[in-house]
Amino acid sequence: MSSLLDFLNRLFGRVEKSSSDIAKKRLRLVLVQDRSNMSPEVLEELKEELIGVLTRYLEIDEVGMSVELDKSDDSVALVASIPVKSVKVRVPKIRSLEPTGVSE
Amino acid sequence: MSGQVIVVTSGKGGVGKTTVVANIGTGLAAAGHKTVLVDADIGLRNLDLIMGLENRIVYDIVDVVEGRCELKKALIRDKRVEGLQLLPASQTRDKTAVSPEQMKELCQQLREEFDFVIIDCPAGIEHGFHTAVAGADKAIVVSMLEVSALRDADKIVGLLEASELTDPYLIVNRIRMDMVQRGDMLDVNDMTDILGLQVKVLGIVPDDQSIIVSANRGEPIVLDNRSRAGQAFRNIVRRLQGEEVEFMDLSQGGLMLRLKRLVGLAK
Repeated sequence: MSSLLDFLNRLFGRVEKSSSDIAKKRLRLVLVQDRSNMSPEVLEELKEELIGVLTRYLEIDEVGMSVELDKSDDSVALVASIPVKSVKVRVPKIRSLEPTGVSE
Repeated sequence: MSGQVIVVTSGKGGVGKTTVVANIGTGLAAAGHKTVLVDADIGLRNLDLIMGLENRIVYDIVDVVEGRCELKKALIRDKRVEGLQLLPASQTRDKTAVSPEQMKELCQQLREEFDFVIIDCPAGIEHGFHTAVAGADKAIVVSMLEVSALRDADKIVGLLEASELTDPYLIVNRIRMDMVQRGDMLDVNDMTDILGLQVKVLGIVPDDQSIIVSANRGEPIVLDNRSRAGQAFRNIVRRLQGEEVEFMDLSQGGLMLRLKRLVGLAK
């Protein structure tokens, strides 16, 4: 009976999305989310390292800071809110790894 | 001699891992390779049943790793196919009875004796999974064209990568071409497209009632020349040996073809 209804629907152009198309769409979305899932431990580690880098340049409010993965329907973003107390005055130094042009 | 260790995994249960292990292993042995099947699904022993070897088990994998018996004594010889042996799982213990290190050691011993070591991994992503994959050189992921199985397959590919098993093979099990043609089942292309992974499709196995019959009898379908699923498994075995084999045309075909199939004039 339902197949007859399907047939009539198709005949009169009331084409419904096929269930495999629906599956494709749902699966795509869920995989975007799955693949971006980070364990709380790793996220915490990321936060600690971020603080380490940032405090070389800025004085920040670590308590008021938040770092999280923001997931919307089809994309993922790392959203960080970091209150800055002050900017450290710092003389830019030449990194030792960069070639200095002087050879022995 | 140093054989190849292949682990068959899926994440989700019920997609046909054990059937794949039984058929690939039997097919490889029938093609002349010394092959051992290892049931790593400790506590939920099933490979012996699918292989029809359940009445001949004396020792199991846990007896071997705990040193209660020699490896050779625990192996069960298949009587139908020369060069095919099974190391059964324990039914009374659980997954923690074998550690990843012990599994590595076991695989090392087995690869010295066999051309192929095929491991049946338990469902799930816990201890049993990590143990089963520990000694493997290559992984096969079995999935079905269905959302939950594919999601789990995607997860497993990531976990395999973390265990340094990159570029796994994929076997698509139980495809129903009539449903694919109606738009009610994902196609293999959709799947590779969505997963967008570095996976090589090793085989596509049609949904086939004869699989249930073969499980009832304990006779792997790969030995049945009339079965289409059997043919799909024979093709997989050839691909594993490095041959280029075209994928079968699984479309249902017209009434004549179906009639011919019915009377055994066509596959």
